[in-house]
Parts: sequence; C-alpha cells; structure tokens
Amino acid sequence: MIWLLAAQRFPPPEFTETGHALPGFLAPLPRGPWLEHLDIAVLVGALVLAAWLALRGRSRRGIVALGIFSVLYFGFWRKGCICSIGSIQNIAQGLADSSFGVSATVLAFGLVPLVFALVFGRVFCSAVCPHGALQDLMLLKPVTVPVWLEHGLRLIPYTYLGLAMIFAATGGGYIICQYDPFVTIFRLSGSALMVSCGIGLLVLGIFVGRPYCRFLCPYGVLLGMASNVSKWRVQITPDTCTQCRLCEQSCPFNAINPSTVETPSRTVETDKRRLAAMILLLPLLLILGGWLGGETGKHLAGRHRTVNLAERIYLEEIGKIKDWTAASAAFRMTATPVESLYADARVVQGRFLLAGRLCGAWIALVVGGKLIALAIRRKRHDYEADQTRCVACARCFRSCPQELQRLGLPVPEGAPLAPPS
Amino acid sequence: MNRRDFVRAASAVGLGGVAAALITRANAGGTVWQIEPWKCTQCGRCATECVLEQSAAKCVHSFDMCGYCRLCTGYFEPQPNKLDTAAENQLCPTGAIFRTFVEDPYYEYTINEPLCVGCAKCVRGCTMFGNGSLHLQIRHDICVHCNECSIARACPADAIHRVPAAEPYKFKNRGGQA
Repeated sequence: MIWLLAAQRFPPPEFTETGHALPGFLAPLPRGPWLEHLDIAVLVGALVLAAWLALRGRSRRGIVALGIFSVLYFGFWRKGCICSIGSIQNIAQGLADSSFGVSATVLAFGLVPLVFALVFGRVFCSAVCPHGALQDLMLLKPVTVPVWLEHGLRLIPYTYLGLAMIFAATGGGYIICQYDPFVTIFRLSGSALMVSCGIGLLVLGIFVGRPYCRFLCPYGVLLGMASNVSKWRVQITPDTCTQCRLCEQSCPFNAINPSTVETPSRTVETDKRRLAAMILLLPLLLILGGWLGGETGKHLAGRHRTVNLAERIYLEEIGKIKDWTAASAAFRMTATPVESLYADARVVQGRFLLAGRLCGAWIALVVGGKLIALAIRRKRHDYEADQTRCVACARCFRSCPQELQRLGLPVPEGAPLAPPS
Repeated sequence: MNRRDFVRAASAVGLGGVAAALITRANAGGTVWQIEPWKCTQCGRCATECVLEQSAAKCVHSFDMCGYCRLCTGYFEPQPNKLDTAAENQLCPTGAIFRTFVEDPYYEYTINEPLCVGCAKCVRGCTMFGNGSLHLQIRHDICVHCNECSIARACPADAIHRVPAAEPYKFKNRGGQA
C-alpha cells in the first residue's frame, strides 16, 4: 500500500510539447530451450559413448578424450549448473514439497546417469561428470590410501548425502551447490573460500586419485548403490584371470578386490560370531542414530531462513536485542504479524526434526551395513573391479597380460598366460 | 530372477516413479532466478553476493512510472551542489545513469547497463523519495543460473525466487504490485 502511494508522488508527464515516446524495457532472454535439449542429448550421447568405451572398447585413451570433452562442455561451456550432483537436491525438494516444480532438464541430469549406472555401472563418473573427469585428468602421481583409511573416509559421502537431503527437503538451501569446490573453477569466479578449496582439492588430486569423488561426492553414493546391482560392469580381464596380481597396483582408487583363492581363511566360527553380533547391533544403531539425528536436526533448523528470522524477531520482541538486522527490518516493513512467522518457523522446525531422524537412521544403517559387510568374507576366484567403488576409468585393462595378449602387445616376462577363450 | 535382478528392476521402477511424479508438475519448462522488485529493500547485497565478478543484477528503469524530475533523487546526491551531470553530484558510484533533457522541466534517466554494478543506491534514492521507477532485475544474458542463487541466499527480504523461464522478468509498472 505504501508503495502504491509512493508511485504517485510525482505524476508521470504527458509530453504534449515534444510528443516524446517512452522507451521500453530491455529484456535479454535466458539460454534458449533448444540449448537445454542439446545438453540432455549431449549427456545421453556421452553416457552411451562412455559405456561403450569402458565395457566394449576397453580404451583408456578414449575415456581420457571423452573426459576432456566433458570438462570443456559440461564444465567450462555450461558453467557447471545444473549438474547431476546438485540436481538430486531439486528432486528431493520436489518430492517433499508438492508446490516445487522440477524442470525436465534437472530431472534428466539427475536420473539418466542413475539409469545408466543400473545397466553399465558408474560410467557417468568415468568421463561424463566434469568434476570426476577434471580430477581424473589431474591424477599424475597416484599414492595408495591405506585400506582402513579408505573404508573410514568412504563413509563421509553417505553423511554428506544425508545432510544435503535434510536441507533440500526442508527448503533450507542446497549445501552441495554452496560447497561445490569445482564449479568456481569452471566459472573462473567465486568466493575466495570455495576457489581455494577447489584448487586445494585439485592439487591433492595429483597424488590422491579423485578425492572429491571418493570421499565427498553425495551423488557417487547413489551411483555406487545403482552400480552394485548393475546388469553389466567393468571386467579387468577380457577372458580368464590367471591370478597374476599384475592389476593389483593399477587402480589408484582402491577399487580392485583381490582374489581370495590364495589367502588363508580365518576360522569360520569367529566370523559367524562377529557377524551375529553386528546384525544384533544394527537395530540399536538405528535407534541411536535416529535420536542423534533428530537432536542435530533441531539445531540445523536454525540455518533455515524462516527459523533464523523468527529467532531473531523473538529476541527483538522480548527486548533482548535492541538493533535490527537487514532481514528483521525487511520483515517489519512487510507488516506481517510475528505470530504467523513463529507458526511458519515451528512448521519448519518440525520438518527438520523428522528429516534429522531419518538422516540419522540412514547414517546408522550405512555404518551398521559396513560393519556387517566387513564381517562377511566373500569368496572371489578372480581379481575383480569393486561394484560400488569402480568408476570405470579403464586404467586397469592394460595391466592384465590377457588383455595385452588379446591386443597383440608385448606381454611382461614371466606373466602366466591362459589361452584366450 | 535372482536378487540382483529384482533389486535392479525395483530401482528402475522407483526412478521411473520419481520422474513421473515430478514431470507432471508446473515449471517443467525450467525456471530462472528473478528479483521481486516490490519486496526489494535496496540493501546493496546484489552487487557483492553474486558468484560472478560482475553481478547479474542490474538497475532497470520503468519509464512509465518515472516522474522525469529535474531533481531526481535516484540520480543526485542528497544535497547536490548543482543540478548538473558533474560526477560529484551523482549518486551512482560508476556514473551509469545518463541524464538527458526532454522538455522543460523534464529530464530522462537511462541506465548504461555495462557500467551498472547493481548496488541499488539509485534504487534506494528513487524509492524513498521518488516514484520508485528505478529497480533491480537479474539480467539473464549475464546470469549463469546457479542451482542455488547466492544472492537469493543472502537477500534479507527474501525477494529472489525461481520464476518460470517463459516469463523471466518482473518489471515494475504503473499498475502497481501485481
């Protein structure tokens, strides 16, 4: 109402003398829809190519070339957004809030790589994801991360995914995008903190293979789960594994599971007892995780705009704080009753409590599942790429003498060879 | 069908269900970020919070609301020495507003967008004491359409939201608040 009056302070002139015509608005348009369709087409095309290169072509060189293309196209040309990693937040918010629309492009970027992972494994990670491809290209002097550290750090992405889902589903913001280290590099601008994180991770990535993908990426969790049940996947050897162990050191991501043929097995009894204990522990972990998650959720709610504002306004109302912030001043200008703000804030807090409990239970499930998995001894006759961790980078293929034999390349001396099938 | 096949089929159905549930909603054509000018409090954060070096938020001018004042409170410093185009009299830190004579006593004010940094000083002057015809809008040829707009996150008035890409601007006009 105030604004309406303000708009009439000085009546706009008629220009009877000169007949001056009023200029209109300039309205430069966003990227055309055809460019978005092109993005989806390029995404699908790159995924098909990556799947072929990793599973049939078995070409590291091809994967590298596709990776360079993805970094240039999805990274520097498209400036990063929307990316598959971030899109899961839009999807989560869309599922939680029926008034929130998700565009077809976002859905395609979020779901198509998962569908490919269900069929071909993590071919998206290999050379289509610009974040993954960039780190893969940076890896020059790989060092091996100790297995215990690897197992521990691999739990971080699950937690990160849980937290990101809490914030996205409650409308509390997109933390994956906020703390995305590489988008600043693709845009060549951004906050000092995130630019330094991006450069830091890239430098670390020279030695530690794909640090973001392995120890942070929340989308990698979903891709890993899909890849775990995939129809086809990367095979290190083209035909028969001769247990030569030459591939063992070829994977910079600790994603090759050794064959158990030659390792002595522990007594079966101990393992069974440990497994039983871990299975019994799981429900306790779930309850504890749910409770802890709920308590954490209550605190995280303060990061939501509405709750934050309501807390501030409350302190101002009861006279604990005298001055106004820009946000509280803006709120007071809208003349909204404080009670309605408090009510909104309570609704948001309730959502955070529920989301926090679910997230806590999820993290507990992951930890419990990990403990159970560690207690199970799987028998493997071949050296195999791990179904969850393998990102289909194609580095291991040429370490296999069978592959060298197939390609007609010189085979290292003394390597046991089986006749190709 | 073994366990793996079953889980895969169930996951595929789940992904299909998510897609089906969301694709029928509004905004399937995509959204862009835009400022609701009637909610804007001219805090100045648009100039500094954008991830781009040069903010995508720029001042635009709704000429049909403008009073074409000789003493424009969006153009001049609060107590100008003289009503002329000398830099010391201008409110705009980058000199991005052109002042041209139309007919007595009216002057037209045009934004030179490449110079505008989106600081909203002129918007504040115009809104507080004038007709409020100067306002901020996100320019979509500059905006990189971040999945989460960092200006929106910092906006104290919660004035920046996703709008359908088919109607990407929220210009002010004489009709008032829509």
